[in-house]
Amino acid sequence: MNTMIAAPALLSQATAASASEAPEALRAERAAGHREFEANGLPTTKVEDWHYTSVSAIAESTFAPMQGDASGVTAEQLAPYIFSTSWPTLVFVNGVYAPSLSQTDNLPAGIRVLPLAQAVGELGDVVTRQLGTLAPAARDGFTALNASFLGEGVVVHVSKEMVIDVPVHLLFVVNDAGVGGMQHPRILMLAERHARATVIESWVGLTDGTYFSNAVTEVTVESGATLHHLKVQREGRNAYHVGTIEARQGRDSHYVNFAFTTGAQLSRTNVYTVLDGEGCGTTLNGLTMLDGEQHGDVQTRIEHAQPKCFSRQMYKSILDDTSHGVFNGKVFVQSIAQQTDGKQTNNTMLLSKTAQVDAKPQLEIFADDVKCTHGATVGRIDETALFYMKSRGIDNDTSRQLLTYAFAADVLETIENETIRDELERITMRRFTSVTD
Amino acid sequence: MLEIRDLHAAVDGTPILKGISLTVNAGEVHAVMGPNGSGKSTLAQVLAGHPAYEITGGEILYHGENLAEMDAEVRAQQGVFLAFQYPVEIPGVSNAYFLRAAYNAKRKAKGLDEVDPMEFLDLVEEQLKLVDMDPAMLHRSVNAGFSGGEKKRNEILQMAVLTPTLAILDETDSGLDIDALRIVANGVNALKRPDNAAIVVTHYQRLLNYIVPDYVHVLAGGRIVKSGGKELALELEARGYDWLLEAVA
Ligand SMILES: Nc1ncnc2c1ncn2[C@@H]1O[C@H](COP(=O)(O)OP(=O)(O)OP(=O)(O)O)[C@@H](O)[C@H]1O
Ligand SMILES: [Mg+2]
Repeated sequence: MNTMIAAPALLSQATAASASEAPEALRAERAAGHREFEANGLPTTKVEDWHYTSVSAIAESTFAPMQGDASGVTAEQLAPYIFSTSWPTLVFVNGVYAPSLSQTDNLPAGIRVLPLAQAVGELGDVVTRQLGTLAPAARDGFTALNASFLGEGVVVHVSKEMVIDVPVHLLFVVNDAGVGGMQHPRILMLAERHARATVIESWVGLTDGTYFSNAVTEVTVESGATLHHLKVQREGRNAYHVGTIEARQGRDSHYVNFAFTTGAQLSRTNVYTVLDGEGCGTTLNGLTMLDGEQHGDVQTRIEHAQPKCFSRQMYKSILDDTSHGVFNGKVFVQSIAQQTDGKQTNNTMLLSKTAQVDAKPQLEIFADDVKCTHGATVGRIDETALFYMKSRGIDNDTSRQLLTYAFAADVLETIENETIRDELERITMRRFTSVTD
Repeated sequence: MLEIRDLHAAVDGTPILKGISLTVNAGEVHAVMGPNGSGKSTLAQVLAGHPAYEITGGEILYHGENLAEMDAEVRAQQGVFLAFQYPVEIPGVSNAYFLRAAYNAKRKAKGLDEVDPMEFLDLVEEQLKLVDMDPAMLHRSVNAGFSGGEKKRNEILQMAVLTPTLAILDETDSGLDIDALRIVANGVNALKRPDNAAIVVTHYQRLLNYIVPDYVHVLAGGRIVKSGGKELALELEARGYDWLLEAVA
């Protein structure tokens, strides 16, 4: 079985990158990344997890590392993507940290947010403890590739018992200067015991050109801590985006992830978490909205490794034109993980006859005292409701917009932060402004 | 205001309306009665512009214009309103948002400015009282989980907000207890003006005690088999439809 695609151009870039100058703390992981990428390449659709998503276009590409030219990006251009100017925001332009566009002096006490290069010096133990341990280079070709380019990224460190009310925004922007390039940021998040924080990862394309974002985020949520983590993917229409989030949770912790996916021609979001302490839980929700020829794949994997943990998943997709949505939700329950409580729902609304969805729940349960449910639906616009709205004078486009929004409303309502929720609701409302049959 | 001439309509190729003629003038209330399946709701849906119903003959003039050529939303913007026999649930869209969208659509069609949410809430306060509805209902999803009576009252609330020129009420009285019936009827009466008109579809004379019709029409087998004044409703109440159907057969 042919499970790997060699990616010769990417490999030679990775070879060069992993051999280049780097801080000591990153060197071993870079080497591991290079080694794994050389051995494994990128997955073919013969690999079960990649069955519905072909990445051959990425493998055959000749992307070069982005050079971080931020000269063409202004604060005004970023304004629509900044949730609140009063929130600490780290901006990366074309793959490189852009301090002049960032705002970190408003970080409250108890949380540190540093670009990776700086964190290597100032938060060395957080970096070494986490880097490559939650998302090892051997996981898959994309994580390996990311590791071999290690250098750019962010470290978020919330000290024990600190409750951080203001969300932290990590914004990765690409404009025309990044076209033909690729970025491999690594994000590390650590919420120490009983800490609380909210972090947003945003991916924004200010260009219709082709580029490639390949991110890896490693998250530790220690005992009793709560971390809200939102990923808002608004890459350019011709971008490729692969992002892997791997979390590990301690006792009584809560990891909440929301994946909002609306950009890129091809995107893959992996959200993995290991429930590694008794009584902890995770809530993984998401909304995907695609049109044209977009392809969007969301994969989750929840590993129940300790007793009395809960997991909740609600993923919704709205697909128009000839777009293709994929959802694969895996729940593993180890034999020790008694009294597991798992629930997964996946609902898709197709706005056209040619849009397509592939959804697959995958439950593997090795404990006997377990409550796990899953449900999936695929539907279309409710024509009766559509007529009802029109009969009240609301035009066709607005009616369809409202019904589309209504479909997504309950998953958006799960977002705790009101500013983020309102903004994502607004985007959702406007996503399909001219809907075709 | 409304002139229906020899209207034929079909759904999925099955003829349902088989030659209906009816004239409604400003200021009038017309009651439409008739046995189950006689085509009352079909007539109402055809007037509102439901795309599943095909007009196969005849014409409908509304203020002298061909109604059949207008999309449903245009008809509504021009003042046609149908209170549904089975109001539709729209989970995820709040009643307030829905009402305001409808209200603003009509304003926009008239070239008026849209109203913002705060202005709208002020404006809707009075109409809420008219139908004795808890303002909290505005913040629930449209009809979702509403009781039968609440749904019907919500229809009248929409009507009160949209102030239609031609209101068609399709069995708005069905399933209402006597108090709710009175509330609904009061709502309709309060909205009555010399320049608007209503077509009230009902099975029961009791509604017509509150909303007094100028004309009563009996629909059977897709045709109007008898028209008369308000006393016809009383006669139907006493004798049922059979005598009429026999007379026509
Ligand atoms: N979508 C449809 N497909 C096929 N037949 C239909 C459809 N809609 C209505 N009909 C038929 O048309 C006829 C008239 O229905 P309609 O709903 O207009 O009756 P009605 O007079 O309103 O009855 P009721 O008093 O029960 O409300 C019925 O025989 C019904 O079965
Ligand atoms: Mg009916």
